[in-house]
Amino acid sequence: MSENSGIDVRGVTKIFGSGAEAVHALDRVSLAIRENEFFTLLGPSGCGKTTLLRLIAGFEQASEGDIRLDGEGLTHLPPHQRPVNTVFQSYALFPHMTVAENIAFGLEMQGVTKPEIKDRLEAMLALVQLSGLEQRRPAQLSGGQQQRVALARALANRPKVLLLDEPLSALDLKLRKEMQIELKRIQHETGIIFVFVTHDQGEALTMSDRIAVMSAGQVLQVGSPTEIYEHPTSHFVADFIGETNFLQGEVVAHDTTGATVRLSSGATRQASAPPDTASSGKVSLAIRPERVTLTRNREAAALGGRVENVVYFGTDTNYHIVLGDGRGFLARLQNHQGAESPFAVGDEVAVEIADHALQVLRD
Amino acid sequence: MANALDLKRQPGFASVAMICCFVLYAPIAVLVLFSFNANRSVTRWTEFSLDWYVRALANEGIQHAALISIEVALAATVFGTAIATAGALATTRIRRSRGTNIAYTVINMPLMVPEIVTAIATLSFFALLRTGLGISFGLGNLMIAHTVFCIPFAYLPIRARLENMDLTLEQAAADLYATPWRTFRRVTLPLMLPGIIAGAMLAFIVSLDDVIITLLVAGPGETTLPLYILGQIRRGVTPEVNAVSTILLAVSILFVTLFFFLGRRQRS
Amino acid sequence: MAAPALKTPIADNPAAGEQTVARAQAATRSLLLAPAMLIIGVFGILPLFIALVYSFLEPDTYGGVRWVFSTEAYVQLLFERDIFDDTLTFNSAYLEIFWRSFLLAAYSTVACLVIGFPAAYFMATRPERQRDLWVFLITIPFWTNLLIRTFSMQLIIRDQGVINIGLMNLGLIDQPLAIIYTDFAVGLGLIYSFLPFMVLPVYAALERLDFRLVEAGFDLYASRAQVLRRIIIPLAKPGIVAGSILVFIPSLGAWITPELLGGGKELMIGNMIWLQFGSSRNWPFGSAAALVLMAMVLLALLVYARSAGRSGAPDG
Repeated sequence: MSENSGIDVRGVTKIFGSGAEAVHALDRVSLAIRENEFFTLLGPSGCGKTTLLRLIAGFEQASEGDIRLDGEGLTHLPPHQRPVNTVFQSYALFPHMTVAENIAFGLEMQGVTKPEIKDRLEAMLALVQLSGLEQRRPAQLSGGQQQRVALARALANRPKVLLLDEPLSALDLKLRKEMQIELKRIQHETGIIFVFVTHDQGEALTMSDRIAVMSAGQVLQVGSPTEIYEHPTSHFVADFIGETNFLQGEVVAHDTTGATVRLSSGATRQASAPPDTASSGKVSLAIRPERVTLTRNREAAALGGRVENVVYFGTDTNYHIVLGDGRGFLARLQNHQGAESPFAVGDEVAVEIADHALQVLRD
Repeated sequence: MANALDLKRQPGFASVAMICCFVLYAPIAVLVLFSFNANRSVTRWTEFSLDWYVRALANEGIQHAALISIEVALAATVFGTAIATAGALATTRIRRSRGTNIAYTVINMPLMVPEIVTAIATLSFFALLRTGLGISFGLGNLMIAHTVFCIPFAYLPIRARLENMDLTLEQAAADLYATPWRTFRRVTLPLMLPGIIAGAMLAFIVSLDDVIITLLVAGPGETTLPLYILGQIRRGVTPEVNAVSTILLAVSILFVTLFFFLGRRQRS
Repeated sequence: MAAPALKTPIADNPAAGEQTVARAQAATRSLLLAPAMLIIGVFGILPLFIALVYSFLEPDTYGGVRWVFSTEAYVQLLFERDIFDDTLTFNSAYLEIFWRSFLLAAYSTVACLVIGFPAAYFMATRPERQRDLWVFLITIPFWTNLLIRTFSMQLIIRDQGVINIGLMNLGLIDQPLAIIYTDFAVGLGLIYSFLPFMVLPVYAALERLDFRLVEAGFDLYASRAQVLRRIIIPLAKPGIVAGSILVFIPSLGAWITPELLGGGKELMIGNMIWLQFGSSRNWPFGSAAALVLMAMVLLALLVYARSAGRSGAPDG
């Protein structure tokens, strides 16, 4: 894998409007997307993920910064000259053309020969399992089928990059899960870079090789699903993905094995920390509800409190706890022993945290 | 659904609507009816006859007038629709700015000026061209005058169609390597076509039906069908006028019907 | 075949991409707009200015103008000049024509509203499938030749027309009623001509009405009349205003209707202007009158724009 391959986004800023009404959709965003990667841009609406996608596609121009593909600049190329194809959120299938004409469109524009188009068409229809429907019009297809046509239409051109703008958002749950598996499979088979935009963190975690979490025009963290989930580096990332408990603590020491932090109860534990964490000072900590255990032994426990609410939902049970200092804490225990829960409302419990379960946040 | 109707009902409104419809169509019905009257009188019915139609169609004055009308209407439609299409492409799906507002006002200006004012102004303009610069376009004068007021009539349906079009379709075409020109030819234009056809039909009918502007701008020998009818009406009616009028009415109704069917298909 | 190869390396100033694209798009739009602006500008707007210039010139003997500056045309609107001693006396004849036209246009507009609103309401409250048919029925007269429609009205109201012959046959009268060639006939003709122009915009506004608001009114003890007056009509106001403008303006400048149904005695502005370019051969005077008409129309449009702005719902 050479230095220059993949997508290189450098210091990209996009401003809409001007003067007092200027909106910074993207603020000095830098990213590197590798070859053969299923890369997801994840964030709430308005975070800039779709804007970034459109910049790569060429439908918008960056106000500042640079985007390169395999080392060559894209910013001065109009969309019809970029080796990049898009699957639109609304599919954007040409209503006045058949499925076959839609899929063949890009090839026609590039001057591909008729026999070659025919071969590609058959291959694509087989890939997305729509063989036999090629003479239908988009209006005669179901949502799921339209989505697959949009996919085939983009893939037929064997682009270097496939951009997917929340392509599954209009599908019902079952279909969505099926398509998630399909997309992953297709990416694996074709080896094309997939840049996938979604606001659904579950989708991001299950499908991606790496995720970029975005908020308010900035990239907050880039990493594999595990890294993002287990080691969030900011409040937002910790909060946006899954459920999190936030604690206050104080760094006592920081070395290559990790950071030692002291909690409000006085207990100290080892915590994972970003490399640039200071060796001392107050910090925010994050811990996932499923990473704690509850016991009745309050001595030497990390935290202590009283159970306020018990919520059973089949596989697990959530315990809403009020800590000694009045703050809330969520613990989740898997129901190994079935529905019967070991703790009841009103019980005094100890929250036990193992070393390296805590994560130091930057903000 | 009886409940919903109940709430919406206002006493007497249905009757007014029926009367309205009757009043709008009654005079036309009389005209059409008596065009088939064998008798010259408009109010005494003798027997059914196609005589007047035969006479009308054979009448050289009418034939010539029809030809002129069609020539002018065709020219005005073709140019008016083309110009309106270009104008619509330029002014739609763009953020409203002072420029687009001005453009929109200019394009719709012929609709806002009373016809008699346009008529005399155009007459004065062409008279000035003739006496001052010696320039006259012959029948072209009339064609130009018609084109001017046909543009806004063609513009409105085209613009409406364009505004309803999904912007992402053109982006998708560009994404699939179509140059701006090919995007226009393969995606934008085919999807705009129903609007363009509707606009053209409107322009044609409006040109065909024009009276006042034509009255003042047309030169000798440039009598259009409405002008011929006007002349006949003033001289004292011959029933051939009824026949010609009915034919014109039929053409109008045909066009409006087509216009509606087009709109229906596009909506479904 | 793989996707097209990338072209030349990076632009030095990537930010320029945003501006050059915008500029190129603006250039294309200007090019597309040019024919429309040119044709309408030269052959639509320029003639209006020429009419303005003409109104300040002297008339030529056989029509046309003599290029001598004169405000006589405007003076003539209000005064009559004695041919012998050049004194001016106030002449209300033309003012009367303007006033009569204004009144006729106003009355027709009100009448169209009174008839058209219930009709539009009825149409808007039909089940959806029927509505298209009604709109179709109302639209047909809209697009048929105004001359023919006015002529057909003539057939009905003239001395030997359908109404009179019918009434005489029924023995109700022995002399034909003088309906045609009166102000009343012209008014009737204007209503007949422009009724669809009122019905369609009002219908459009009522169709968009949320009838749940009407239900809310009934829920709060309002009667049918109150619901109509306090809820429906105010909400339909943009349509009513648009329709009124669409009837008033053409009525003000009408020519066909007064010509065919007014008999040349009851002149409206349109006929008067036309005469100046015909037998009266006074182009400057005709131009002046036309510009006064334009001014009246612009005033009406201004009122419309202000009212549409206030109700916050501009219509196209």
